[in-house]
Amino acid sequence: MPSLKYRLGFPEEQIPRPIVYEIGKEYPVVTNIRGANVTETTGWMNLELTGEIVDIERAVEGLKQKGVQVDPIELDVIDG
Amino acid sequence: MPGKIKGLKCRECGRAYPADPIHVCEMCFGPLEVDYNYEVIKQNFTKESVKNGPPSLWRFIDLLPVEGPATVGLNAGYTPLVHAKNLGAQLGLDELYIKNDTVNHPTLSFKDRVVAVALTRAREMGFETVACASTGNLANSVAAQAAQAGMRCFVFIPAGLEAGKVLGNLIYRPTVVEVEGNYDDVNRLCSEIAAKYHWGFVNVNIRPYYAEGSKSLAFETAEQLGWKAPDQVVIPIASGSLLTKIWKGLNELHQLGFIDPVKTKLHGAQAEGCSPVATAFKRGVDFFKPVKPNTIAKSLAIGNPADGYYAIRATNESGGSMDFVSDDEIIEGIKLLAQTEGIFAETAGGVTIGVLRKLVKNGLIKKGDVTVAYVTGNGLKTQEAVSEFVGQPFRILPKLQSFEEGVPHAN
Repeated sequence: MPSLKYRLGFPEEQIPRPIVYEIGKEYPVVTNIRGANVTETTGWMNLELTGEIVDIERAVEGLKQKGVQVDPIELDVIDG
Repeated sequence: MPGKIKGLKCRECGRAYPADPIHVCEMCFGPLEVDYNYEVIKQNFTKESVKNGPPSLWRFIDLLPVEGPATVGLNAGYTPLVHAKNLGAQLGLDELYIKNDTVNHPTLSFKDRVVAVALTRAREMGFETVACASTGNLANSVAAQAAQAGMRCFVFIPAGLEAGKVLGNLIYRPTVVEVEGNYDDVNRLCSEIAAKYHWGFVNVNIRPYYAEGSKSLAFETAEQLGWKAPDQVVIPIASGSLLTKIWKGLNELHQLGFIDPVKTKLHGAQAEGCSPVATAFKRGVDFFKPVKPNTIAKSLAIGNPADGYYAIRATNESGGSMDFVSDDEIIEGIKLLAQTEGIFAETAGGVTIGVLRKLVKNGLIKKGDVTVAYVTGNGLKTQEAVSEFVGQPFRILPKLQSFEEGVPHAN
């Protein structure tokens, strides 16, 4: 089953919310946190999502709808 | 006997990996970086070996991440270090130098360095196809050097790019793929393509090797200054990799006994319309908020830079600074460099010169400091940015009288 790696960025207002738990309940994907730094005002997380591609894509959309910045783990691949 | 490359190492957790085409740590997902056997390098790498090396970045092949000889981009690098006396006099600096990558080979930007290293490494890893995602200089360089190397090439660009930029790639006959969507969509797609296809994607799975090519700017600068590190350097920031690698390069030269302990102060330069890294630095934090770029400095318009965090860290280590300039200041910077030193830089060069002016004005760079400003791309590539600000020619009839009457100071 495919696994994709993402870099998440959390805005201050979403910090207290258990968003990764919610995504795991709402979509059939396995969430696996591999690195994170969350403070009272900001936070990032390296997250792996495992599941069918279509479900991973839906989960990513779900994260975005919850106000989370979702990027490929490489951040901006496109260069000048 | 071990080779000069130990392998790859995670920049976050330090976990070691073989020197494969991989770029992300499987444990913590941090970025991977090349790890060298400096003891091995020491045995062959001397000032004499550099002096006898080719007039290209490959004179520093011992500190570049390839195992065999250079095969691609044999003429890249070794660009002039110009003592900018006129510009220095205007700014009040006695020892100002321009590292002039506007004349890099073959595509007139510093990307020729990183691509020469990336494609040489990709080829020795057995890749026949190379790819990149780029809006400008990187695409030009990958397409040109792949053509010369006889490698298949894919260039991914967002749809709606200016015709001139698309043509600058098509001439080398790569497969140019216009992706319908915004930058984020192109990013995501390229990340997925890189994960699925066995290609050398220079800014994805070849990135640990590709990025090392930027160190050559530090090596050449030190050599051209008579094996000395500058006191101050001004470096444009896009992904942040260039600044980070110049710092690494200078420190490697010290580690190998080529130069004294590095006291160089790094100064990062961004455009106001895309300044996530400089803004974070000024706020005194080491994490940055991604932005949607809005600046004429398209080659620096990376809103979520992969090495932004590391650029902030290196700048802090050096005791340097970061700043940004407006689009008007960028144009002024381009004109100032052209009109004092005869060097026509692209918009990124205007950012560098604009920030250099601010640094002098703010007293961060002093009159006698040996200062190097990195000018990374040629102005012929971004003529549209200055076309409205350079005036018009005098139009006359083909008669002497018309010349004398119509052109000021003709007599």
